[in-house]
Amino acid sequence: MFLDVSFYLNQVIPALNKGLMVSLALIFPSATCGLIIGIIIGTMRAFGKGPIYGFATVYATIFRGTPLVVQLFILYFGLPNLGIYLSPYLAAVLGFTLCSGAYHSEYIRGALLSIKKGQILAAQALGFSTWSSLTNIILPQAMRRALPGCGNEIIYLIKYSSLAYIITCIELTGQGKIIASMTFRFSEVFLVVGFYYLVMVTIATWLLKKLEERFYVPGFGSR
Amino acid sequence: MSIENTEVLLKVEGISKSFGGKRILKDVSLSLNKGDLKVLIGPSGGGKSTLLQCINLLITPDKGKIFLNNRDVSFNKKKDVLALRQQIGMIFQDFNLFDHLTALDNVSIALRKVKKMSKKDAYIRAQMELERVGLGDKLHHYPAELSGGQKQRVSIARALAMDPLLLLLDEPTSALDPELISEVLTVIRELSNSGMTMLMATHQMGFVKSLAQEILFMENGRIIEHDTPENLLNKSKVRTRTQDFCSKLL
Repeated sequence: MFLDVSFYLNQVIPALNKGLMVSLALIFPSATCGLIIGIIIGTMRAFGKGPIYGFATVYATIFRGTPLVVQLFILYFGLPNLGIYLSPYLAAVLGFTLCSGAYHSEYIRGALLSIKKGQILAAQALGFSTWSSLTNIILPQAMRRALPGCGNEIIYLIKYSSLAYIITCIELTGQGKIIASMTFRFSEVFLVVGFYYLVMVTIATWLLKKLEERFYVPGFGSR
Repeated sequence: MSIENTEVLLKVEGISKSFGGKRILKDVSLSLNKGDLKVLIGPSGGGKSTLLQCINLLITPDKGKIFLNNRDVSFNKKKDVLALRQQIGMIFQDFNLFDHLTALDNVSIALRKVKKMSKKDAYIRAQMELERVGLGDKLHHYPAELSGGQKQRVSIARALAMDPLLLLLDEPTSALDPELISEVLTVIRELSNSGMTMLMATHQMGFVKSLAQEILFMENGRIIEHDTPENLLNKSKVRTRTQDFCSKLL
């Protein structure tokens, strides 16, 4: 039964390709916005004081401390009670962004704390403002250290994007489930679905490796 | 050094600083004329680094006044603080080069981001300063690819590129192998000869004796002795604390 080529060509592949497009449309904005939120929240947690630190900590605690599915349910099924209606796609992107942002923030916070005090001192001594030393000196160094961890989070995001189908945003896994249910050929369909994810993760891993090489600085971090 | 060149550049009056109830600086005063090279010596923990960092307001003094070019410097106005730091170069014991930048970028980044120079002009200036400290062939090397002496020379070039009115040097040779010390001291000597005003914490006594106008001996947060090297080390009739300290240096 695994060799039924026309089943794959005519039903599985077209449907999964459609789902793949939705998955990519979920992953790209979530990864980008998640990373940006992670940088902001991580910086607030590493250097912020008082309410700034408090806000960032509460954010990280909530979104790291509750299951992603619960967050998605609240965004999609819960918010309408407050009069806020999100489309399945928007609710999914928002949920993924907020969740991955919380995880990114911890990688970035750790990297920021690893920057030697002397780097900040030297920047201040040259007349850099706090903001300018953060963006020109501290973050460029911290991001190099955080890259492996953040890459890991993005790879994880590719896989947990499959949860979107639970709130009716039919992406790759959702399409697979529809075809599998219609044809009762679960193992064949989900083997292909798994292969799609494997390819996406492999490409992402390769891109992240290229990124690390691109920003490599001798003697910085490991190697 | 010309004799008529006695304009006061930096005046520090009654600076005090405490950390967690411990008084690190107690009512410290000093002044530097244009072109002066004065040195701070004394046991570690005596307040030398804290004093230097108070002068360019990396540490805000609890009390006291700082005058640069006869202008009373405000400790609280952010703009004044940033402007003051641009006018005072700082050299650290452990270099503090920006690890992610090449020698050329280390020297040019403040020109571009703080002085808002164009990239091209900043690079031209940075290259000139690196050539001046003998590192014209290391422009594209990262800190990890440089020796300690080279790193310290890059950090001197980085400070000089900002056209500072004076340089503060916090034990610039203490983290260096003995063989690398002279290349850094040579650069500092040339700077002094060209009229740069400097306040330097150091224990390189040969250098101090041959070049410094005045030794400020610091202990327990106070300047307890200050005079020319000759008076403190050779001519004094009573044994000075400075002599006592220096006799223990190798």
